This record gives sequence, C-alpha cells and structure tokens, in this order.
Amino acid sequence: MASGTQHVTEQLDQVIVRFAGDSGDGMQLTGDRFTTSSALLGNDMSTFPDFPAEIRAPAGTLNGVSAFQVHISDHDILTPGDSPNVLVAMNPAALKANIDLMAKGTILLVNSDAFDERNLTKAGYAANPLTDGSLSPYTVYEVPMTSITQEVCKEAGVKPRDAERSKNFFALGLVSWLYTRPVESTINWITERFAAKPQVAEANTRALRAGYDFGETAELFESNYEIRPASFEKGEYVQVTGNQALAWGLIAASRLAGLTLFLGSYPITPASDILHELSRRKEFGIRTFQAEDEIAGIGAALGASFGGAIGVTTTSGPGLDLKSEAIGLAINLELPLVIVDVQRGGPSTGLPTKTEQADLLHAMYGRHGEAPLPILAPKTPSDCFAAAIEATRLAVKYRTPVILLSDGYLANGAEPWRLPDLDTFEPIEPGFAAEPNHVDDDGNPAFWPYIRDPETLARPWAPPGLPGLEHRIGGLEKADGSGNVSYEGVNHERMVHLRQDKIAGIAADIPPVEVNDESGDAQLLLVSWGSTYAAVAAGVKRVRARGMKAAHVHLRHLNPLPANLGEVLNRYPQVLVPEINLGQLSRILRAEFLVDAQTMSKMQGVPFRVGEIEAAITALLGGKS
Amino acid sequence: MSESNGATATATAVPVTTRKDWSSDQEVRWCPGCGDYSVLAAVQMLMPELGVRRENTVFLSGIGCAARFPYYMNTYGMHSIHGRAPAIATGLATTRPDLDVWVISGDGDALSIGGNHLIHALRRNVRLNILMFNNQIYGLTKGQYSPTSEVAKVTKSTPFGSVDTPFNPVSLALGAEATFVARTHDMDRAHMQETFRRAHQHNGAAFVEVLQNCNVFNDGAFEKITGRDVRASMLIPLEDGKPIVFGAEGSERGVIQRPDGSLEIVSVDDVGLDALLVHDEARHDPGLAFALSRLAHGPYEPTPIGVFRAVERPEYGTQMSEQITDAQAKRGLGDVAALLRSGSSWTVD
Repeated sequence: MASGTQHVTEQLDQVIVRFAGDSGDGMQLTGDRFTTSSALLGNDMSTFPDFPAEIRAPAGTLNGVSAFQVHISDHDILTPGDSPNVLVAMNPAALKANIDLMAKGTILLVNSDAFDERNLTKAGYAANPLTDGSLSPYTVYEVPMTSITQEVCKEAGVKPRDAERSKNFFALGLVSWLYTRPVESTINWITERFAAKPQVAEANTRALRAGYDFGETAELFESNYEIRPASFEKGEYVQVTGNQALAWGLIAASRLAGLTLFLGSYPITPASDILHELSRRKEFGIRTFQAEDEIAGIGAALGASFGGAIGVTTTSGPGLDLKSEAIGLAINLELPLVIVDVQRGGPSTGLPTKTEQADLLHAMYGRHGEAPLPILAPKTPSDCFAAAIEATRLAVKYRTPVILLSDGYLANGAEPWRLPDLDTFEPIEPGFAAEPNHVDDDGNPAFWPYIRDPETLARPWAPPGLPGLEHRIGGLEKADGSGNVSYEGVNHERMVHLRQDKIAGIAADIPPVEVNDESGDAQLLLVSWGSTYAAVAAGVKRVRARGMKAAHVHLRHLNPLPANLGEVLNRYPQVLVPEINLGQLSRILRAEFLVDAQTMSKMQGVPFRVGEIEAAITALLGGKS
Repeated sequence: MSESNGATATATAVPVTTRKDWSSDQEVRWCPGCGDYSVLAAVQMLMPELGVRRENTVFLSGIGCAARFPYYMNTYGMHSIHGRAPAIATGLATTRPDLDVWVISGDGDALSIGGNHLIHALRRNVRLNILMFNNQIYGLTKGQYSPTSEVAKVTKSTPFGSVDTPFNPVSLALGAEATFVARTHDMDRAHMQETFRRAHQHNGAAFVEVLQNCNVFNDGAFEKITGRDVRASMLIPLEDGKPIVFGAEGSERGVIQRPDGSLEIVSVDDVGLDALLVHDEARHDPGLAFALSRLAHGPYEPTPIGVFRAVERPEYGTQMSEQITDAQAKRGLGDVAALLRSGSSWTVD
C-alpha cells in the first residue's frame, strides 16, 4: 500500500448511504453514528432503519439482514431517499437482500472476507457475485474488513473472535473517509459508551481509525466527497427519532398542564422506546407502569386520569386491539386519556418492525357502539413532539380519549430538529371542578358529573379529594346531567348525540388545512396524512421542478377533519391520497365529502419513495414520467 | 403532586359521620334477599368507624352483580369494565397515595376474566382493599357456572355438569404472593366488619374473599358451613397467636400439623391443647397459610375464616414515589429545555 496518495475531494449536494449486514453486525449503530456526525457537520438528513423482527436470525441468512439507510444533503430534504448511492454490504446476504435497490453505476462497498463458500450458500448464491461478473453494472470496492480489523485489534490485546465484532466500526471509518466526516465525535462516543470495557473501546477506536486510514492510503478510491452544510434556519438543533420526540412531547404536555404524567404500557415493537424513554426520566415525576398486559396498561392509565393525572398508554396494532374495550369506557366516562398507537404491518402479529398506516379505520371505528374520539397523526419524527402536546391538549380540554397515530417509520427514523421555544406552547388548563354545580330537590348543593360546558360540551373533571363533589361514573349509560344510570331510550339517543357533537365540535378548535398550491391553478390535489407527508411533499416539489402543477394538503387531524377540508377537496377535479394501506383515508374522505378521492396504495413495510409519488402525479396529469 | 390533583391538604379533624352519610341516593337494585345487601350494610356501617373522609375514598368495580356496589356508596366511585378494576385501581392508587381505594369484585370478575389483573395487583402489593364476593355462580348473566363453582355443577351452560376444577380463592391469592389474605361471609356482620377493618389497615394489597349467597341462581351454596345452626361446627375461626380451635361446643375440635407438614382436624381431647397449631398470620412463609386454605375442599367441610396471612412488604406506589423522590434529589426537578438537549445539539447562526 502506498501512503500519501493524493485524492481529489469532489462536491456532492447529497448522498444516500445504506449500511447492511447481519442483525448482530451493529448496522443500526453504525448508521446512527454516521448520521450523528453528519448532523454535527450541519447537513440535513433523514434516516430509515430497516431491520427484521428477530433479534438474531441465523447468521448469514437473508432473514437476518439488518439495514440502515441515511440521506444527507446540503439542502432541505424530507425523506431517507429512494435509491442509495452507496451500499455497504458486510456479507453476501446483505448484498443479495439490497442489490435490487441499487441503480447502475452506484457504489458497492463489500466486506470481501465474508464472501466465502459457507456465507455464499447461506445467502443462496450459486456463484460468487464478486467474481462472476454479475456486479459489473456497479462500482465495486472489495475491502477485507474482517481481517484488517482483526489485525489492528491484535495490539489492543483483544482476541480475534472479539476483534471481529469491531468490523462495523471499520466500515464506518471507511465511509466516513469517503464522505469526509470527522471521526472524533464517534471516538468520544465510543470512549463514553464503553468506559467500563476499555479493551472494547480501544478495539472499536482502532477499527474506526483503520477504516478511515484505509480510505486515505489504499489506492482504491480516486476521490472522496464532501457534502456542504445545509442552510438551516438559525437556531439550536438536535437529532431526534419519532419515539424520542413523542416521549418528550408527553413530558412537555404534562408540564404545560401542571399534572403528573402516568404511563401504563406493555412492551411492544415499535412502541417500547417511548416506555423506555419515559422510564428514564423519573426526575419529571413521571410514573411509568409496565403492566401485566395491554389492557392493564390502558386501565391503569385511565385510573390515573380519574385521579387527576395525564393518563397515557402506548402501543402498536395488536395492543390497540386489546385496548378497545377500555377506550370505549374512557369515551363513556369522558375522561382525558392519550392513546399512542405506533402502527406496524398487520393484521395480527404481521410485520412487527415494518411500518404501515393501516390502523386509521381501527382508530375511527374499532369499538362497539357509537364511540367517537379525536385522532391525530404526526408527520415527521420531530413533529411527534408537538403532536403529543396537541393530543394531550384535546384530551384534557374535551375530557376524552385521543388516539395519536404514529408509525414504525416515524418512530425509528431520525432527523434534525430545530428546538422549539417552549414558551410558544399554550398552557393546558386542567380546569378541575372546584365546587358543586347543581342544587338538589331539597335545595342542597350537589355535584352532577355530566353537566356540560355549553361551548365545548365537555363535562367537569373532578378527581377525588374535594368534599361535596363525590360522584360515581361508569360504563353504563347515564342520565344527561346527573350521570345516574339510565336505560331510558330517548336519553340514550341524546347522550349518543352529545358525545358525537362534542368530538365533531373540535373542528372549530383546530387549524384549517393549508393548501400548498404554488400556481393556484393546479388540477390535482394530493392529500397526505401522518408519515406520507415527506414523500408527498418531496414528490410535489419534484414535479413542479419539471413544470407540472400539483397541489398538496396535509392532514394532521383525522377526526374531526379540519372545517375547510370539504371546500378544499371540491376545488380540485382530481384528488389523490397516497397511503400505506388499502385506502383508508380516501374511504373516509369519500364518505364524508362525496369526492372522488383516488387511492394510491403501498403495503411493503416501507414508506413511499419520492419517485413513486412523482410517477403517480405524472401519470394522472398525462405527462411522461 | 396531590395539590395539583384537586386534593386539599387539611389538618381539620375527620368529620363524624353515620351510615347515612356513606349511602348514596341511588336505589339499591339487587334481588331481594341477596347477600350483597348485608355486605353493603357492613361496609356502610363500618366506614364511619375507620376515621376516613368520604372525599378521599374511592370504590371501584368491574362488571357483575357485586360491581354495582360503588353506585350505592356516597364516595367517589367508578363502575368500570369486566375484570379490569384491579388494573384501573392500580393507576389510581399509585398516582394518588392520599386515597383509600376499595375494589369490589365477584368470582367471575376477579378470577375469570380479570384473573390476570388480580394476581398482578396482589404480587405488586398495591395499596388496595379488594373485596371479592364469591357466590360460585354468574348472577348478572343469569346463572352460568363460575370459576369457583363445584365440579359437576349443573347450570344453563353446563346441563351435563361442569367438568372444570374450581379455584380456591384464598389459595390463589396466597400463591400470587399476596401480603394480606382473609375470608369472611355475608351471614356475620361483625366478622365482616372486623375483616374489612383489618384489610383497610394493611399497607399493601389486601384480598378478602366474602362468601356470599346468591339466593336466585345458587341459593344455599354456603348453607352447610355458614348456616346459623351449623356455623360453630363448620367454620374455623383463625385468630392470630391462638391455637386453632372450633366446634359446636366452642373448642372441642382443633387443627394440628402432621410430621409431613400437612394439616389435620382432630379432637382436642385426643391430642391436648398444646399439640394444636397456633395461628401465625405474620409468618413470612405462606406455606402454612396455604395448607390452612386447603383444609376444606368445598363449602361442605369445616372451613377456616378470618385472616390467613398479614405480612409486611414494601408497598408498590410507595416504592414508585421513592424512585421519583430519589431521582429528583440526585438530578433536580426535571427541566424540559435541558431534556431536549440531552443528546448532542448544535447551533446554526
């Protein structure tokens, strides 16, 4: 190896890197560190962790491949990117599982040490793709990552078998060199993380540096690349995942309300990280309760709400199924409750680690009886913060359970987040009942738990503790006003309407939708909700750059829908609703507004690619894609 | 944070109350003659003696006949969904340690659909008073067999006789690591009140099985042991620190422990008073309490009543609070602005 090779550093405006390896290879960590160092350099970025449900599927098999895709750029980006420019493949299975994503001419960085007969067979390769010419459309760099890592770790006194585990840091070092990312922040991170195991810290650091130096010194690469910082709005930024932002949003909301936060939850992918994050933050007075099951999780949260706390339960689809009865109770009791559903592929166990948006109709209608509740969805990982606050605000103000629909993509995806000014969030007023609100037949003061606020139709929230306000509530139908059990038909019908009207009335308390229609005369409107925001916004941007006109409206509130939505939808001859389901929102829009909302479906456990949105718009507008 | 939960800290004396103060204005709608009436009366009459406030008392229930109980108490209350009351109560009791939380349940509610929540509330030792009315039948759904019904019970859903082995509720609670386990019955108000009083005093999860007659669908289920004429010879009162004796004459029969550890009912004259088992409810090992719960195979054999077990173990909500207090002492009160910056942050100028 010659040293001091002169490399040309080229400018790129963006790059998409995909790290892929065995589940045990540390690809998520590698991608995460690469993302952090890019964020610290001031790039815009968006990530997409893509991993199997098995913790450790058989090594070397296609089932065990875990990948992390990161998109970094010098300009504003919204998605983790469609097709990677670089694939780092730690073994044949990782190559095979991801090669279809790669366009001709893109870079494959492969760990050549792993391409032995055993691994090739496990991955289902009849011949070695490194030698049979099948990779000729790509620029392939074969790097013996395992053996170099073992070599440099020898001096750290680490056994070869343990040293082998540091090869992901070698790959990270190499890619860091290729895209001119400094490795110092990662070295600091390693030192801190492995403080208790100095040998491991040393091995990882050596592997990282060796990867970087390999790029610098090996005469393999003609150039490396630089991606300049993006021009961000002034402010302080952090890198945040959806689950993290959601947990922080719940904490902020409890502070805005001045109430205790109680989380009742049962571990479930991909929602568990919210439980983990909140469990760590006891200094905020948070009470986290890992329940015996999903039902107890929501039950305890509802009990806490009855006691005057912000009751929250977090789950994913299978858990939402189990919580249905308790949600119905909360609707009938009219108590605040926040239900977070981090959606994943279904039905049943489905695709635990893959994203989907197929719980919308479940959230809308998945209970017996007429059981309406507010539903909202965050649009990006960082938006989970504000969405959690909004969900809490509605729950408290309207004394109702609220479903917040996040999804697997938002939960694990990361992006830079300009920290908000916390003072811009309005306080959440608990407005506890303070005194009797009625006079009984004998002229004595009494408390009626179902006398409603005429404006919001919300009933009083009277946690135990105040004399004179003792009252009983329950799942049985109750008489309007007094709250006493009533089986009377006319009263039941009135109560059904009151509960429905209360939720419908929230439309007046949420912002109208804003239409993004640059030219003002677009003939096609795209409607996004939740995490489809990113791909739709980026797709619309792309077709506009090509001279086509498309408008975009994004829905944060799914129930009730914003007051001006019907008028907006009716303005456009064509309406397209891309969804990671069979068309659940378009079904609602059709039913609600009698518009011919067309469905664009995808259910592959991954978000839409921008190119797919672009092609759909192009096809509808009669252009060429 | 009780001050933010609407609770008012007050130093004034607990007002003197009567049964009437604890009774709501709602008409009681159990079948005439139901055992639930006597339990309700026992509780309403006991409350004024406990030195507690109505506003700090909550009755919570699931579904079933017994679950209507909260409607009849002039306290805070919730009639929730089938089997889930212990879970809901756990959330309430852990966020509001200032409250007295009573869970009223039945054999179907607590042991069938809600069995999971019951055992976990017990093992966690959440400060709850759980009264389980056991009538060995589903009453509200009009007479199907329950998880405590005897084998071969003929009901609408078991016309050929049930083949399910029943639960022994006391054994189940002891097996679930409960710290307070007791049994009483609806024919003896004084015994009920004493048992409920003890449950209320207990700092942790208290489980009380109340043998309760359903005069419509399972009339006389406990007659052979609780009937006024047979009670003395068929109920074995457990009294802490005293030899376990019973009998029509007062104390002619007793319980001994055999060399293999099992228990046996004997004639006191045959073995002598000193040979009898002395009841120790605070005994850490639940084995003996369990053995006592196995003395009767059903409500037709001499059956122990009273407190089987009452031991100290850290209470769940208290420990939850202590973790918070410790974290706040070490890290200071949480600051949201600092939380958002807990990872690496960077500034764009």
